[in-house]
Amino acid sequence: MRLNKMLAALMVFGSFAAFSCGQKDADIAADAQKVLPIEAKVDVKDGVATLTGQFKDESAKKAAEEVLAKIKGVKSVVNNATVTPPPPPPVTVVSAADELLAKGIKDATKDFPTVKAQVKDGIISLTGEIKKASLPKLMMVLNALKPKKIDNKLTVQ
Amino acid sequence: MALQDKYKELLDTASAQGITNLQVREQDNVLYVDGDAPTGAAKDAVWEVYGKIDPNFTAGDLVLNINATAGLAEGAQLKVTTASSNLNIRKEPTTEGEIVGKAAHGEIVTFVRKENEQWWVVKTKDGEEGYSFSTYLTPVG
Repeated sequence: MRLNKMLAALMVFGSFAAFSCGQKDADIAADAQKVLPIEAKVDVKDGVATLTGQFKDESAKKAAEEVLAKIKGVKSVVNNATVTPPPPPPVTVVSAADELLAKGIKDATKDFPTVKAQVKDGIISLTGEIKKASLPKLMMVLNALKPKKIDNKLTVQ
Repeated sequence: MALQDKYKELLDTASAQGITNLQVREQDNVLYVDGDAPTGAAKDAVWEVYGKIDPNFTAGDLVLNINATAGLAEGAQLKVTTASSNLNIRKEPTTEGEIVGKAAHGEIVTFVRKENEQWWVVKTKDGEEGYSFSTYLTPVG
C-alpha cells in the first residue's frame, strides 16, 4: 500500500516535471485541439492561446475559452472566436396555386361528403365514392379550377 | 400528339359547338383544353363527348376547362340547377359564409357579377343578394 502511494506520488510529480520543463506551443495547441470542439481553432504563441472559429452560441464560445484556459501550458487565452448568426426559421413554401385549389376543392366537394379530395403540387387527388350522375358536375367544377392534373380514384356507384 | 388523337372527337365537337378562344396544349402527358362556350348546352355537349371517351374520368390525361359564362352580363337570368335542394346565397364567397338567402331548385335568379369562376353574386326575385356557387347556376336562353 505504502509503496503504491509513493509510486503514485512519484508519477504525479513526474508529470508536473515534464510540463514545467516548458512545453512547446505546438504541443499545447495539439492538446487543446483534442479536447475542444471541432469548430474551435487554437493558435499558441509563448503560452498565449488565441481561440478562433465559429461557435453556435455565446455559451459554447465561453465554454471553449474555459476549457482552453485549463490546458497545461496555457498562460492566457485571447478569445477571438465568433458566434454563428442563427439561421432564419425554415419557411414552409405553400404555392398560392395549391392554396387556391384547396379552397376551390373544399367548396366544390361540399355537397359530396363521400368524396375525399387532396391537393399537392397542383394535382388534385380524388378518393372515396360518388354517384355516377354527380360525377360530371364534380369534374366540371374541378377542371375549371385549372389543376395540373386530376388523379381520379373515385369509386363510381 | 397521341392525346390529341385520343380526344380528337372532343376537339372536333368543341369546334362544331362554336367554342371560342379554344386552346389546346399537351404537357407531361396531360392535354389541357380551354375555351369559352356560347351556351351551357355547348359546354355540356363537349363534356358529353369527354364522358364517352373516358366514362368515369379516371385517365387523368385531360384537364377540360370550358367556360360557359364568359359573356355573362349583369341582369342575365340564371336558373338554379341543383339536384333538388335549395341553393344557398351567402354573405361571403365561401361555403363557410353566412347564409343570407335561398333560391329554390328551378328558380330563376338574376346575375349581378362574378367574384370568381366559382362564386357569383346573384339576386333573387325577393331581393336577396349574395354569393352562390356557380356550378348550380345555368344561364337561361
